[in-house]
Amino acid sequence: MTAPLPAPIGAPVPHRRTWRLVHGRGRYVGDVTVPRLLHAAFVRSPHGHARIDAIDVGAAAATPGVVAVFTGADIATVCRPWRGVHGLFPSLNAPLQHALAIDTARWSGEPVALVVATSRAIAEDAAALVVIDWTPLPAVADPETARDGAARIHPDLGTNVCLVQSHESGDVDAAFAGAAVVAEETFRFGRHTGVPIEARGLIADFDPTERRLTVHHSHQCPHQMQNDFAVLLGLAEHRVRVIAPDVGGGFGIKQQLYGDEIAVCAAAMLLGRPVAWTADRLESFTADIHAREHVVQGRVALSAAGDILAFDVDDLHAIGPYSQFPRSSAGEGRAVVAQTGAPYRFGAIRARATAVFQNKGMSGHYRGVGQPIACAVTEVLLDKAARGAGLDPIAVRRRNLVRAADLPWRAPTGVTYPRLAFEECFAALDAHLDLEALRRDCADARANGRLRGLGLACFVEMTSRGSGFYGTGGVAVSSRDGCTLRLEPTGGIRCLSSITEQGQGAETGVLQVIAAAVGVPLDAVDLLTGDTATSFHGGGTWGSRCMAIGGEAAWRAGRALRAEILDIAARLLQADAGALDIRDGVVVDAATGGGRMTLAEIGAVGHFRPHEVPGAQPQLVASASYGSEAPFRPGCGLQLAVVEIDPDSGAVRLERFVVVHECGLVVNPLLVDEQIRGGVVQGLGAALFEELLYDSEGQLLNGSLADYLVPTAPEICDIELVHAHATPAGGDDLGIAGVGEAGTTGASAAVLCAVNDALSARGASIAQIPCTPERILTALGVI
Amino acid sequence: MPMIPITCTINGETVEATVSTRDTLADLLRDTLGLTATHVGCEHGVCGACTILFDGRTARACLVLAAQADGAEIETLEGATASGRIAALQKAFHDHAALQCGFCTPGMLLAAAEFLEDHPAPSRAEIREALSGNLCRCTGYQAIVDAVAAVAKGTEP
Repeated sequence: MTAPLPAPIGAPVPHRRTWRLVHGRGRYVGDVTVPRLLHAAFVRSPHGHARIDAIDVGAAAATPGVVAVFTGADIATVCRPWRGVHGLFPSLNAPLQHALAIDTARWSGEPVALVVATSRAIAEDAAALVVIDWTPLPAVADPETARDGAARIHPDLGTNVCLVQSHESGDVDAAFAGAAVVAEETFRFGRHTGVPIEARGLIADFDPTERRLTVHHSHQCPHQMQNDFAVLLGLAEHRVRVIAPDVGGGFGIKQQLYGDEIAVCAAAMLLGRPVAWTADRLESFTADIHAREHVVQGRVALSAAGDILAFDVDDLHAIGPYSQFPRSSAGEGRAVVAQTGAPYRFGAIRARATAVFQNKGMSGHYRGVGQPIACAVTEVLLDKAARGAGLDPIAVRRRNLVRAADLPWRAPTGVTYPRLAFEECFAALDAHLDLEALRRDCADARANGRLRGLGLACFVEMTSRGSGFYGTGGVAVSSRDGCTLRLEPTGGIRCLSSITEQGQGAETGVLQVIAAAVGVPLDAVDLLTGDTATSFHGGGTWGSRCMAIGGEAAWRAGRALRAEILDIAARLLQADAGALDIRDGVVVDAATGGGRMTLAEIGAVGHFRPHEVPGAQPQLVASASYGSEAPFRPGCGLQLAVVEIDPDSGAVRLERFVVVHECGLVVNPLLVDEQIRGGVVQGLGAALFEELLYDSEGQLLNGSLADYLVPTAPEICDIELVHAHATPAGGDDLGIAGVGEAGTTGASAAVLCAVNDALSARGASIAQIPCTPERILTALGVI
Repeated sequence: MPMIPITCTINGETVEATVSTRDTLADLLRDTLGLTATHVGCEHGVCGACTILFDGRTARACLVLAAQADGAEIETLEGATASGRIAALQKAFHDHAALQCGFCTPGMLLAAAEFLEDHPAPSRAEIREALSGNLCRCTGYQAIVDAVAAVAKGTEP
């Protein structure tokens, strides 16, 4: 779509929902009350790997206030187990997983029994009285041991390997043999997680008379959960309603099925009473989805002139004891294989990603999935190769970036990029700052003995996937979204959308799109999201898609409603609909702008006096659903970090951070900017602070917010945001690419490059994140 | 569980309650009184989402026992909203996109309000330092700093 789109598209409108939230009127799952509500607490495995020999629930069940105690076998009477398979990866080993462990616990924190009582406190007291006879089994914690060791997590599989993905294209060996410089590195990425400040939780309410399940659920994908609950609990899907009210952050962590959550639903079914549960913070750390525990051996081949010839990456990553459901745990490895070298032109690649089971918490999708790994490996290797060749690392990037003339770019990874805008991004960066001056400043500081460095990462974010990934893979996850608009009798518009909101602002963006599409003021539109009973079956929040997909559906529904309003007006006015327009909520003569009818008049006639509309039955409702036909829409950009390292403490201080980003049409720059910044800060957390530390027995060592460090305000500097504007894609859609994961995808890479630039003053380097003071001092040889 | 009668002032109203010795102030506020703007994020005093005012100073409602509230004067976000004393901060947070999911926001607002009372003309670094006890996982903190700075400068109505 190339014509300029009407306001308020493009306006920096504050996120509407936040006006309610700043006044303390949020309604999160934990704020919801239901009559006869019971509360659940879980008994979790204290062992990384152990056999359950016996469970004695007697004392717990006898505790006053306890209504029931359920073991894994009890829950399994109403809840089917599942396997996290994916049809695009037929060799994926996906062991059967039960809601609660039945005979063997495979991670410390795995739910084993469930106590339901009249209060959470009583349920927790009673949970402590459940006696379990355990036989500890050998635990497998680190990825190499999981791959190479003798102990098996699932004996029936005969291997701890979940999945090997590999891809080879071009003559890799010849490229490396003929390279002027080969840079090689072994990277280690620390396991971390999303840490939404509102922990996971739900209230499940089952009415046995109608076999109707209603779940208030802190989740990103309520439609997915409706389907999962119906299938696994044996319910009619149209009698399962999942409501995601205000949700206190998600970041991918609230995107899967969790055993503890479906066990709460099962308990509600077994009891015929509503049951509530919210994870405490320790439960969050042990049982939320984790991510990105990778060991990557990477090589890049560079010509003497600085052309990238080939990449060779071998990724080993550990995903806990099961493949996550319903999306599987193939995504991280897939991203490493598919997106190594993504911003650049090169001819050959050999990539392999091996996912292994281990006795740690479940691991899968967290903001960016495997893209930050691919980006960091690519960018650090390029820096190292450029230095090895005596070339300027940034010049090497500029030289090799995919250009407009290369589009559509068929990368040797097998991925085709229809649109990348790195030339525009670099132009925007050069307009924003004096890169050479900044680099001189760092070099001068290093010459004076300081450890100051600059890192630049180019990144590609795959957003807004089509149905070719999950749909084709037989995974019941929608890649579409829908929007229904209703004209109310007094002229206001009610929107029912299948997008979901965890704070990212897509609701406000959708409102802007609808207001523009129909021609009404923003305040004339209200919207309801996160309720599967009211909206089209849609994807919700995953993979940076709400605006690109849900916004498109909203646009199409808005244009359809507008067309009907104009048709009704034309019939009433005996005018040509083509000569009318809707502006600011009024039907006007398109030529003169003179008002003809208000939308309130249309609404009143349509609802109460429809007989006055000649030759038509007013519908006053319009729906559209939309799914991208393309595999994905790429966003791209640059992230630049300047850091200074304290040589005595090893602490890395962020001095400056710049993001240049291109994401097609920006519906709301205010919300897009802070969304990207938030993503950056999560990437900075991964780069500098965040790591879930386990011992060799699979025990989590830092399961509190005092020990697991997430960035706070003083650690972070202002993040300068620059939008590059490239030519629109020119399709028949609004041309929006997602932004949700952009910040996270490139931030760790930029910091790691900057840290290495700083360390170069002492001839040191590091290829591990987080770059903790201890690791920095080790790299410097201080300790 | 032993029960203890307490009398305290919450948002200007006298509250008489009989609380369990194990209940936290957050439990009393949320579960007994329905003051759900006090959010519970970690229950170990780190995240700051449950920040309230206790005898005029910010405190973590998850780290205060309900029984300790006997005789205290307590204000939650509901009270601060009703009095209008943080209206400028609330508007600035909304206008600057200083919140996304909103879960940390009640604590962030009360912490920021207390800081501005003591530091009417802060630097950005001082604002960042002052908010170091409140975790936000959605924003990049920058919009929060912008919002607090705007209120300090009087550029927010």
